[in-house]
Amino acid sequence: MLNIIWFTLMLSGLVVAFATGHVAQVTNGLWDGAKSGVEVAIGLISIITFWLGIMKIAESAGLIEGLSKLLRPIAKWLFPSVPATHPAMGAIIANMSANLLGLGNAATPLGLKAMEELQKLNPTKDTATEAMCTLLALNTASLTIIPATMIGLRAEFHSKSPAEIVLPTLFATAIATTAAVILDRFYRHRHSTGTTCSGNAR
Amino acid sequence: MIAQISAFALPLSLSLILVAGVIRKVPLYETFVLGAKDGFQTAISLIPNLIGMMVAVSVFRSSGALNLVIHALSPVFHILRFPPELLPIALLRPISGASSLALVTDLFKHHGPDSLLGKIASTMQGSTDTTLYVLTVYFGSVGVKNPRYAVKVGLWSDLVSVIASVFAVYLIIGK
Repeated sequence: MLNIIWFTLMLSGLVVAFATGHVAQVTNGLWDGAKSGVEVAIGLISIITFWLGIMKIAESAGLIEGLSKLLRPIAKWLFPSVPATHPAMGAIIANMSANLLGLGNAATPLGLKAMEELQKLNPTKDTATEAMCTLLALNTASLTIIPATMIGLRAEFHSKSPAEIVLPTLFATAIATTAAVILDRFYRHRHSTGTTCSGNAR
Repeated sequence: MIAQISAFALPLSLSLILVAGVIRKVPLYETFVLGAKDGFQTAISLIPNLIGMMVAVSVFRSSGALNLVIHALSPVFHILRFPPELLPIALLRPISGASSLALVTDLFKHHGPDSLLGKIASTMQGSTDTTLYVLTVYFGSVGVKNPRYAVKVGLWSDLVSVIASVFAVYLIIGK
């Protein structure tokens, strides 16, 4: 997929340049692009390094476990096909907590652990279960409280208030997460006509 | 008032995390450095990706191809009140975080981060995840080949997120 996108951007740019005589500009654009790639990445080192350091403290302070207690009832409602005492439930809740706290680095291993446990409950190993689909819906539309990278990038470009986007981001991700949960329910019902909760039929 | 909430979010979370760390007797500084090391690695590994994508985006823009696309789309998008400049970001965001980040950077360069476009682009980039990447990693890790409706749910909620980002900036920050 990435190969196609990269190739398309480059080639269509070059073709348009030849057709319109913007060849000199493209040569400049090439070096410009490479240079700003380095500049931006170097600039982002500061905020990413700092923020992930702070996030490690949040993780070590047990914030994930603390939030897990609050999330258990919600998780039971979201994942009716997973037994409450199964290890999968614990991993799912931990993954949800980490996402909610913005601990992306901690969320991924927890999410993969949850997938591994859900796979044990899966009767057809090459097909996703309903619980897996719900877990993915939550992980692709995760609620974001502090969009640290974007704040950093805005600061790098001398924004007057880099953090201005915090509230709009929270609002947009809250709507997207709600939509993901609703869409997941909608498709689950549409795909599971006549099968049970652990359903593997389409 | 609203600007205040946004401005307070980061310092406030920082204080809460530090206080929680002290209460739970976490060795604060050592833990910070440990996490920061990971962060440094993450940031460094971004460089090759970002150079590759920035060059492609820069070639695409400086040749005039980007403007062609934007001009072709603007009649339709003006009716929807969706800025056509943002379409490439919305399209690439679910596929590759680095490529949409490159587009946002390019947009910041030409319009500034505090322009309406800059604000919406920031919100869009911060609000959506690289859906297709997450799906690949999660399902790939357990060998699931048929993701059923998970792709649909992910991409539809990305669309919701894009629309919600535009709406949120108009509503909360305005011009």
